[in-house]
Amino acid sequence: MRTSLGATTGRAARRLLSSAPALIGVLVFTFLLMRVLPGDPAVFFASGPNAGQAEIEAVRKQMGLDRPIPEQLLRYLGDVGTGQLGRSMTTGQPVMKDLRERLPASLELTFAALLIALTLSIPLGILAALRPGSAVDHGVRLLCSLGVCVPTFVSGLLLIYVFYYLLGFAPDPTGRLDVFAAAPPGITGFLLIDFALTGDWEGWRAAAAQLVLPAVTMALFVIAPLARITRASMLAVLGSDFIRTARSLGLSRTQIVVTYALRNAILPVLTIAGIVFSTMLGANVLVEKVFSWPGVASYALDALLSSDYAPVQGFVLLMAVIFVAVNLVVDLLYGLADPRVSIS
Amino acid sequence: MSPLLRIENLSVTFATRAGPIEALRGIDLTVGAGQTLGIVGESGSGKSVTAFATTRLLDRAGRIAGGRILFKGQDVSRLSGKEMQALHGAAISMIFQNPRAALNPIRTVGLQLADALRAHRDLSAAAARARALDLLKAVLIRDPERRLDAYPHELSGGMCQRVMIALAVACEPALLIADEPTTGLDVTTQKTVMDLLARIAAERGMAMILITHDLGLAAKYCGRVVVMERGRLVEEAAPGRLFAHPQHAYTKRLVAASPTPNSTLADLVGETRPAGSGIPAAPHPAPPRGTALLLEVQDLVKRYGNAAAVDGISLRMRPGESLGLVGESGSGKSTTSRLICRLIDPSEGTILFDGQSIGDVPARDFHRSELRRAIQIVFQDPNDSLNPRFSAFDSIAQPLKRLTGLRGAALRARVMESAERSGLGPDLIDRFPHQLSGGQKARIGIARAIAVRPRFLILDEPTAALDVSVQAMILHLLDLLRREDDLAFLFVSHDLNVVRMMCERTIVLQNGRVVEEGASETLFARPQSAYARELLAAIPHFDPGAPLAATA
Repeated sequence: MRTSLGATTGRAARRLLSSAPALIGVLVFTFLLMRVLPGDPAVFFASGPNAGQAEIEAVRKQMGLDRPIPEQLLRYLGDVGTGQLGRSMTTGQPVMKDLRERLPASLELTFAALLIALTLSIPLGILAALRPGSAVDHGVRLLCSLGVCVPTFVSGLLLIYVFYYLLGFAPDPTGRLDVFAAAPPGITGFLLIDFALTGDWEGWRAAAAQLVLPAVTMALFVIAPLARITRASMLAVLGSDFIRTARSLGLSRTQIVVTYALRNAILPVLTIAGIVFSTMLGANVLVEKVFSWPGVASYALDALLSSDYAPVQGFVLLMAVIFVAVNLVVDLLYGLADPRVSIS
Repeated sequence: MSPLLRIENLSVTFATRAGPIEALRGIDLTVGAGQTLGIVGESGSGKSVTAFATTRLLDRAGRIAGGRILFKGQDVSRLSGKEMQALHGAAISMIFQNPRAALNPIRTVGLQLADALRAHRDLSAAAARARALDLLKAVLIRDPERRLDAYPHELSGGMCQRVMIALAVACEPALLIADEPTTGLDVTTQKTVMDLLARIAAERGMAMILITHDLGLAAKYCGRVVVMERGRLVEEAAPGRLFAHPQHAYTKRLVAASPTPNSTLADLVGETRPAGSGIPAAPHPAPPRGTALLLEVQDLVKRYGNAAAVDGISLRMRPGESLGLVGESGSGKSTTSRLICRLIDPSEGTILFDGQSIGDVPARDFHRSELRRAIQIVFQDPNDSLNPRFSAFDSIAQPLKRLTGLRGAALRARVMESAERSGLGPDLIDRFPHQLSGGQKARIGIARAIAVRPRFLILDEPTAALDVSVQAMILHLLDLLRREDDLAFLFVSHDLNVVRMMCERTIVLQNGRVVEEGASETLFARPQSAYARELLAAIPHFDPGAPLAATA
C-alpha cells in the first residue's frame, strides 16, 4: 500500500475542514426553518391551554424568543460553538445528553440493518450478474421490487405478526431490551458490545433477539438499491478486458468472480452503502416507532410535533455531522480499495 | 507429425438484434510447434474472432457454429469449462490489445503473476513471488523488484504489455496468440515489445499466432502469413512472396494501401499518377518566398505541475504549407497542436496567427474570436469526437451556425457541399454515428472542419483509428481538399510514413522539445539526430527481399 498513514490522516483532516462551511449552512438553515414553521413554543410550553397572555410572555422571555431573530441566531451559534445544543422542553434534559443516550440505539439498529442488507444484497447482486436474464436474475429483481414497494411500517407489522404473534419466535417488540432484563453497564451504549464486553451472553442473546426484527425490517427496504448496484457494477466489470485476461490464464472461477471481479465492482457499492447508511439513520423513524425503539429519529419527531426547537436543531446537526463522517469513511475506504485514487 | 493447432472449416456466428451474423465462414489453418503464423486483415475480417474462438473466449453472443479446432489432436470446441480452464495459460495463452485494460487495475503486478502461476502449479506464495520476479526479469522490465509491487496504472503502456507477456508465458504454453499486441504503442516501443515477444517464443519453443493489421509487422516477425477478409481466408504464403506478389485482389489492395518508405499517396489508392510522378510525395508547390507567415510560434511552454509537456517549441508556417509533427507519446505533439488551436492555454510563449497574437486569448473565450473560423481541428478518434445524439447533418451544421450565422437553406446547402466534398454521400447525412463506419465518421469530422472554410487545419492523428485501405482514401481526400482550398495543415501523427507523404516539412519532437526539423524528404532519407534515426529504424517494413527476424 503506497498510501502512507500520514498522507491519509492529512487527507481526512482536509476533508473535515472543507465540510465546516456546509455544517454551518445546515445550522443556519434549520434554525430559520424552525422559526418559519407554524406553532409557537411559548404557547405550547406554558402551563396549559388556559394560560394567560402574561404567562406566555414570561415563558417566551425565559426562552429568549422575544429577541430579534438575528440575535437569537448568534446566541444559538455561540452555544453550539461551546458544545451546548440547548435544553429539550419535553424531556427537560440537555439535548446533548438526550442525543448521546439515544444515538447508540439508532446506530446499533442501523449498523445491524446495513450488515444484514449487505450480506443479502451482495450475493444476490452477484448471482444476478453472473446469469443476466436468467430465472435467478428475475427472481432477484422481484425480491428487490417487493422490498422497495412495501413500506417499512407494513413490513415491520407483518414481521411482528408472523414471528411474534403467530410463531412466537421473537420477543416483545418493545424497545431494545426486555423490561425485566438487566441492562449492561453503559460502556459504549451499544448493547451488543456492552454485553459482550461484560461477558453476559444471556443478555447478549436477549438484546440480539430484540434487534433482529427491526433490523430486518429496515434491511428489506435497502436491499434493492444495494443489490441493483452490485449487479450493474458486477456486469460492467465481468465484461471488462482484465476478466478476459484472467480467464485466458486459466484462473479458477471463484478467483475470477471474487478476487478479480468483486473487488473491482465493490467500489460503487461502497458509495451507495454510505448514502444508504446516512439515509437509514434519519429515515428509520417509522421503524423506531413501530418497534418502540428509543432512537434519535423518533426523539426528533416527538420534539418537532411539540414545537420543541432545540432537539430538532440538534438532531439535524447530528445527522449532518454523521453524513460528513460517513462520507469521509467511504472516501478513506475508497483509497484503500482502489490504489488509483490519488492522495490529493 | 500432426501440427500443434489445426483449424478445420471453422465458422462462428454472433447473435445480434438484427439476427445472426456470420463472423467466420469456414476457415482452415494450421500452426506447427514453434512456428509463427501471422493473420492480417482489416477490422471485421474475423481475425480476432479466430483467436477468441480458438481460446474459447468469445463473448456470450458468439457461438462456434461448425468445424473443429484441434489442439494437439484434441477438439478444443468440445471441451468442458473445467478442461478448458486447464488448457488456458498452461497450453494456450493470449496477449491482448490495450495492455493497460487487460490487467487488473487494483491488484499488484506481482500478485497477478502469482495468480497466473498458481492457477496451474502448486506453489507457495513466496515461491510464486520469486518466480514472478524471474518472469519480470525475463521480459526485461527495469527495476523488477520494485515493479512487483506496482499497480498497472503506475506503468507505461509498453511496460504493461511486457507484464502481459510475462503473464501469458508464465506457465510455458505451447501456443501463444497475440492479438494486435502493439496497437496503440509507439513505434520504438512496438519494436522492443515485438523483439521481446519473438525472442521469448523462440527461446521457449512456443508457437505464435500474431494477429495484426500492420503488414510490415507481420512480414517482419512471421514465417507464414494468412490474409483474412470478411470471415474467410483469402490467401496464405510466406510474407516475402505474399507482399511482393499478392495473388488475391483483396491482398493486392491491402498491400497497395499500406504506407511504405517509398509509397506516394497515389500509390495508396491504386491510382496511376499522370506523368512526372517521379518525385515521391511532392504534394504542394512551395509558396514563393517572402509570403507573410500564417503561423508563428515562439518558445511555447505548457506545464502541468512541475512537468513541462511542451518545453519551448518554436515553429513557423506559411499559408498553404503542410507541416508534420512527429514523436512518441509524451513528446508533446498533441499538446502542441491543442495549444495552437487554442483549446488549452500556454504557460509561456507567443502564438501569432496572421500577425495577430492569439496565445493570450484565453482558450475559454477563443470561440468568440474572429479567428476561430480560420483555425479548425480534426480529432483523432472519430467515435468519441462526435455527439452520439447528433446526426451527421447536425454535427456539421452546429459549428457552422455558431461561427458563420448561416441559417435555413444556405446552411443546408453549405452542409451538403462540405459533406459531398468530404466524400459523405447525401444518403448518409441523416444517419447517427452508430449507423456509420469508422471511415464515414472520419469524413464527418473532416466535413465539420472544412465547412466554415478555415485557412488552417490541425489534424491530430486523423487516421490512427482507421484501417489502412480507409486511411489511404482519407489521406487522399485531405490532400485534395488542401490543394483546392489552399489550406495549411499541421499534421500530427506517430506514423512517419504517412507524415512523409502528407507534409512538405516535418518537425520531430522529443520530451516537449524540437530535436530535428527539415524538409520531409531530406529528413526521412537522411535523419540527422540520433532520435529521428531511431524512430525511422523502428518502423517495420515489408520489402520483398528483407531478411526475417524470426524464421519459423
